[in-house]
Amino acid sequence: MTQVQFRFRSDEPVADPGVTVDSFAGQTNAAAVRLEPGDEARDLLPHLDRLRLVEVNFPVFGDGRGYSSARILREAGYTGELRAVGEVLVDQIAYMRRCGFDAFAPEVPLDPADAEAAFSRYAEVYQPTTDGRAAIWAKRHG
Amino acid sequence: MGDLMYKYDQYDQAMVDARVAEFRDQVRRRLDGHLAEEAFRPLRLMNGLYLQLHAYMLRVAIPYGTLSSAQMRMLGHIADKYDRGYGHFTTRQNIQYNWIKLEEAPDILADLASVEMHAIQTSGNCIRNTTSDQYAGAAADELVDPRPYAELIRQWSTFHPEFSYLPRKFKMAVIASDTDRAAMRLHDIGIQIVRNAAGDLGAAFYVGGGMGRTPMIAPCINSFVPLDQFITYAEACLRVYNRHGRRDNKYKARIKILVHELGKDEYTRQVEAEFAHLLSQNIEPPLAELERIKAQFVDPPFETGLSDELDRSDPDFALWVDNNTVAHKAPGYAVAVISLKPVGAIPGDASADQIRVMADLAERYSFDELRVTHAQNIVLPHVRKADLYALWQVLDANGLATANLDQIGDIIACPGLDYCTLANARSIPVAQQISQRMAAKEQEIGELKLKISGCINACGHHHAGHIGILGVDRKGVENYQLLLGGSEGADCSLGQITGPGFDENGIVDAVERVTDRYLGERQPGERFLDTYRRIGMAPFKEAIYG
Repeated sequence: MTQVQFRFRSDEPVADPGVTVDSFAGQTNAAAVRLEPGDEARDLLPHLDRLRLVEVNFPVFGDGRGYSSARILREAGYTGELRAVGEVLVDQIAYMRRCGFDAFAPEVPLDPADAEAAFSRYAEVYQPTTDGRAAIWAKRHG
Repeated sequence: MGDLMYKYDQYDQAMVDARVAEFRDQVRRRLDGHLAEEAFRPLRLMNGLYLQLHAYMLRVAIPYGTLSSAQMRMLGHIADKYDRGYGHFTTRQNIQYNWIKLEEAPDILADLASVEMHAIQTSGNCIRNTTSDQYAGAAADELVDPRPYAELIRQWSTFHPEFSYLPRKFKMAVIASDTDRAAMRLHDIGIQIVRNAAGDLGAAFYVGGGMGRTPMIAPCINSFVPLDQFITYAEACLRVYNRHGRRDNKYKARIKILVHELGKDEYTRQVEAEFAHLLSQNIEPPLAELERIKAQFVDPPFETGLSDELDRSDPDFALWVDNNTVAHKAPGYAVAVISLKPVGAIPGDASADQIRVMADLAERYSFDELRVTHAQNIVLPHVRKADLYALWQVLDANGLATANLDQIGDIIACPGLDYCTLANARSIPVAQQISQRMAAKEQEIGELKLKISGCINACGHHHAGHIGILGVDRKGVENYQLLLGGSEGADCSLGQITGPGFDENGIVDAVERVTDRYLGERQPGERFLDTYRRIGMAPFKEAIYG
């Protein structure tokens, strides 16, 4: 399992690695699951109460399906850890954070200063997501 | 800035300023070796910077093709300072510079940001610059000005966190008249603002159109989305595509393939289900935001009581008025189109001096406003008819008064093998030769839209040309296929290939044979496209291949 380099949560990390979506459905005690790009995130929705960690794999950075998976889980009320793994690059992490990821385990560790700059680059956002940041239009019409 | 178009507030300005800083940092990392070209590539593409055959090319976004004089002047300044004194206006209503140095690109973005412009999402697998009707706010036939809706889309799509790594690029267009001047149904999403029977405005969504190697005309998937659910519906369309669009084959990754493979009904069902879910997420800007934007696209203070009479005693001027002006909604005004297609020139190119001249003319005669058209021309949208002669004289003195709007010399052409790494054949020299060969017959032929692409990606819109030309590579030799009968308008159709292709000289001859046959066959009042639709391909094949 790749090292978690950035984590924006204070609870104890889940020690077990995530199992596949298929085996998760059959293991009633599993608390961690790993979503591949082609997996249906909505299959997890009946089990949100026992889920504490969802790893979303990005085998290549250009496959953006994991961004939708993350938002679907957060929109459904998932509050556990949502961890981006795989080819997680410095110029993607701010988008991932906005889609609900709160932990990052990049295959190749990122330069901490570059990552810090990326997370804080944009003070305002045009779209509301479930990350709690108010969209610019909300501020305009506060 | 002009007073009649969208102006950035502190939020919009902070966004482009942050982008400049970010890109400056990325270029610094690239230049000092911390960032490999492989990792830098997607980043520069998100900023519109391509590595072409000879140099970097920078594509600057011109949202819905609208520019103020100050912005136009800046485009001229950039052409002078950072390029070789030229800019190239594109079929996406944008401008490209072909001779850019990487180390200067951040300075260009900073210059652009100083006039509320940017190069954000002009490339990459994300939502690109939203295009619109070039006569928006001026056309006599429009329901409303479509640009506020396009601006709403611009903001929603800028740095959209979920849709920045789509299967493929994503292009949207918005119109608000039944006459489609934006090739709306050839976009990934085309939107027409419509009024329903109850008198309310809404948006008709057409999804899954496109050109490329598999051209498709977008079907309408929802004929009326209320304006207070407009962005939410677009989000649903995109989410279904992001999740289920093909990623295994670059040539099957556009949304048109998904819509085609699922079928319109199944795609629509999935969108409606996602839409129903997203309505609970409160992601829609309030109508007050649309009203805030609309209030910035007000009509200019048109004078009333103006005459529609013109002094047509100068025949060259009269010809230009007939060909290059369009009906305006206000009495005594006209929409004037500046052709960037003089005989034998590179379609869409303008020199820095010409760009400045057009900026000055817009300031003096058109309420400080210009438009870029997808046919690679420039529009002065609001000119008093009484000023047209003075305007034309300045245009004429600067090589900008070619009277060929929508005629055979008004060619759309991609950059082709002269610049582009994807191209298989040259487009520009073919356009130049056709323009020269046909110049003498141009007025007699009348409306005939000719479009040239130098490869299957169809950036030159060859599928939608009344006459289309596609350059291909045949065993290492440039070969040109001829297509007839395409149209990008409300009567949208895809051109059909005539038969075997031609070499560079042969394609010019073939175009001339096609137009000669048209002149022989046409009935009174028929455009080329009308004649083709009446008599079909056979007579033209006979004329070409004997």
